[in-house]
Amino acid sequence: MIPQTVFRNSLASILFLLLPIEVLEAKDSCVECHGAMEGNLQAPALGFPTDVHQHRGFGCADCHGGDRNQDDPELAMSRARGFLGKIKRTAVPQLCARCHSDADLIHKFKPQQRVDQLAQYRTSVHGKKLAAGDEAVANCVDCHSVHNIREVRDPLSPVHPLNLPETCARCHANQTHMAKYKIETNQFQDYRKSVHWEALAKRGDLSAPSCASCHGNHGATPPQVGSVAAVCGTCHTLFEELYNKSPHKPVFASMGMGGCVVCHSNHAVLAPSDDMLSGNTAVCAQCHEPSSAGGKAAAEMAQSIGNLKAELNRSEVILTRARRSGMEVSEALLELREGQEALVKARVAVHAFQISSVSKPVSEGIAISRETYRAGESAMKERGFRRVGLAISLLAIVATLAGIGLAIRSIEGKGQETHE
Amino acid sequence: MSNSGIKRRVGGWFEERLGLDSIRQFAAHKTVPVHSATYWYYFGGITLFLFVIQVLTGVLLLLYYRPTPAEAYESVQFIVTRVQFGWLVRSIHSWSANLMILTAFIHMFSVVFLRAFRRPRELTWLSGVALLGLALGFGFSGYLLPWNTVSYFATKVGTDMAASVPLVGSHLARFLRGGEDVGGATLTRFFGFHVAVLPGLTSLLLLVHLGLVQKFGISLPPWVETLYRGREKNIPQMPFFPNFFLRELMAWYVALGVLGSLAAIFPWELGEKADPFASAPAGIRPEWYFLAPFYTLKLIPSHVGFVEGELLGLFGFALLAIGWTALPFWATNQQGADRARLVTGTAIALLAYLVTFSLLGYWR
Repeated sequence: MIPQTVFRNSLASILFLLLPIEVLEAKDSCVECHGAMEGNLQAPALGFPTDVHQHRGFGCADCHGGDRNQDDPELAMSRARGFLGKIKRTAVPQLCARCHSDADLIHKFKPQQRVDQLAQYRTSVHGKKLAAGDEAVANCVDCHSVHNIREVRDPLSPVHPLNLPETCARCHANQTHMAKYKIETNQFQDYRKSVHWEALAKRGDLSAPSCASCHGNHGATPPQVGSVAAVCGTCHTLFEELYNKSPHKPVFASMGMGGCVVCHSNHAVLAPSDDMLSGNTAVCAQCHEPSSAGGKAAAEMAQSIGNLKAELNRSEVILTRARRSGMEVSEALLELREGQEALVKARVAVHAFQISSVSKPVSEGIAISRETYRAGESAMKERGFRRVGLAISLLAIVATLAGIGLAIRSIEGKGQETHE
Repeated sequence: MSNSGIKRRVGGWFEERLGLDSIRQFAAHKTVPVHSATYWYYFGGITLFLFVIQVLTGVLLLLYYRPTPAEAYESVQFIVTRVQFGWLVRSIHSWSANLMILTAFIHMFSVVFLRAFRRPRELTWLSGVALLGLALGFGFSGYLLPWNTVSYFATKVGTDMAASVPLVGSHLARFLRGGEDVGGATLTRFFGFHVAVLPGLTSLLLLVHLGLVQKFGISLPPWVETLYRGREKNIPQMPFFPNFFLRELMAWYVALGVLGSLAAIFPWELGEKADPFASAPAGIRPEWYFLAPFYTLKLIPSHVGFVEGELLGLFGFALLAIGWTALPFWATNQQGADRARLVTGTAIALLAYLVTFSLLGYWR
């Protein structure tokens, strides 16, 4: 059996040999020595070959100081040569910012890279608490990892869109860690029930919102009650516009309620349904009595959307039947799509919380669905006509066949039959 | 002048110019042998009938069809939705095309199993095989004309195959497409092939084929000849006109009934308009009569040894087509004896291959 130390040393040597030529050319005694060590002292050297900094030509000494050209550990890690040793957690953001806030340096590698991460971090809850001396809050390396930092677009990076929710959850779903901040730890659990998670994790849509989309990344902060609609509105623009003009906005604001999340929740944003308007699962009923004006308006909006849905469904059924029967109804099906778009518009218009806003797209949709239903009816009539026509034609063919058969019999009966 | 007098004078006028009497005499004396396999003789006539249907419905479609990528799909859509009975004409055209290829295959295999290709009918066989090739050409060129998604991508696959032929492949593909890729030029070209080149060639070859059938008469299977020779009896004959002709007419009516039923109950679908910038939809496949070679090519690995799989497949199909076309020349040995087992075995194997691989190609 291979001893563990030999295995580790060999692995470190192999990783070292895998380093790009230009890096190999530059001496790095840190990697050489730490690669040959064990445990925590070896770990940084093992992870470093995959680190984006290493790929850009940076070495351990660029963060930790010291002299990487020295073989003697005493000289390499000499305080006189600027060796910093293990970086204090409170010093990490400032250390990273030495380069990441330097536009001249960063833009050499990535011309469009932002350089305000530290400024943003200082505005975040994390940054403020760290500045106050709380070392338990997240700093750069808690999210981006340390010694094996990958680019955000790298699927193995902890801050890649697909991995970000789990990265935030490492702390925010940890009850022990969150206890002193009195923050709930169910956000990740809730988020995994949401349509946003569904889009991100199940459909692989990297543009789907995750934690940073609403809370910000470096400037992570919980959206304030007044800004929830604006946060949701970064993607759901039309909904925000309608909500801002709606009677709900001033009421929610005065009650200290956070806009969209009142009905849709925050992390557990479920797929919306028309049942949210009326019925047992209606969110409107949380505030409005069914007999109140608001309750009645919600029921009326639900009713008109329900009517449109039923009309569209009726058209779709008949057109599908006609299409399956081989009838050409593609134009009507295309029109029906417009009707379905009207349904979407009506559902969006609900966010104005006014019956008149919903009625307009509903009546447009109903007009379209009635027209397409008529097209379906006429296609089905045409199908019946064709079948009757076919039956008559087949009867005529059978009669002709019988006539020809009789003619053959008559000819062959008169002695013109088959002869040898 | 009495009616009979007018008839006589008009008849005499045509007789003088056309020599109708000799045709009448020919028809009166033409006979068809009667035996247990006589009904296979009808399939040639049914194929001819379906071809005539194709020509008639094709001419009607030409009144509205426009062979450009911008208008082709819309013009067919107009035909099937707005033109009176346009749906019927288009559906009959498509169904009869498929039925014609089916009956042509049945006719070809019946000719093989009844040994009707033997000396002196080699040229009849060769012209028949060429007609089948032209029918497949009609199918391939006509498939693209509605300019829908399936036809567009099937044509892309088909012309890609042509491109992999050694030496001339790229020229052949460019000739078929009228450019580097399937596009407007391909549509115009295929339209030209479909309505001018192929019909011209087919009409010419059809005349040759029918002329040869008339010249040599209808072939008799060898075992029927042997049977009657042993009994020292003459083989029963049926007058071609009107007895056989009326029976053939019945077969045409049955074909018309089947065609009308298919067209009315299962109108030929138009599908979605082709989008050259879209990616090919999943499960794209050619018409059923190209499924067997298509599925075979799918099964062949990309490389067999150092040879490209597709090239090997195409080479195999070319050999098969040449061997099959040359059937009359290897069906007898040097002494003139019939290689009956070899021919029947080959035909059964080919039929089994075509049926099995077409079904597999359809379902997989």
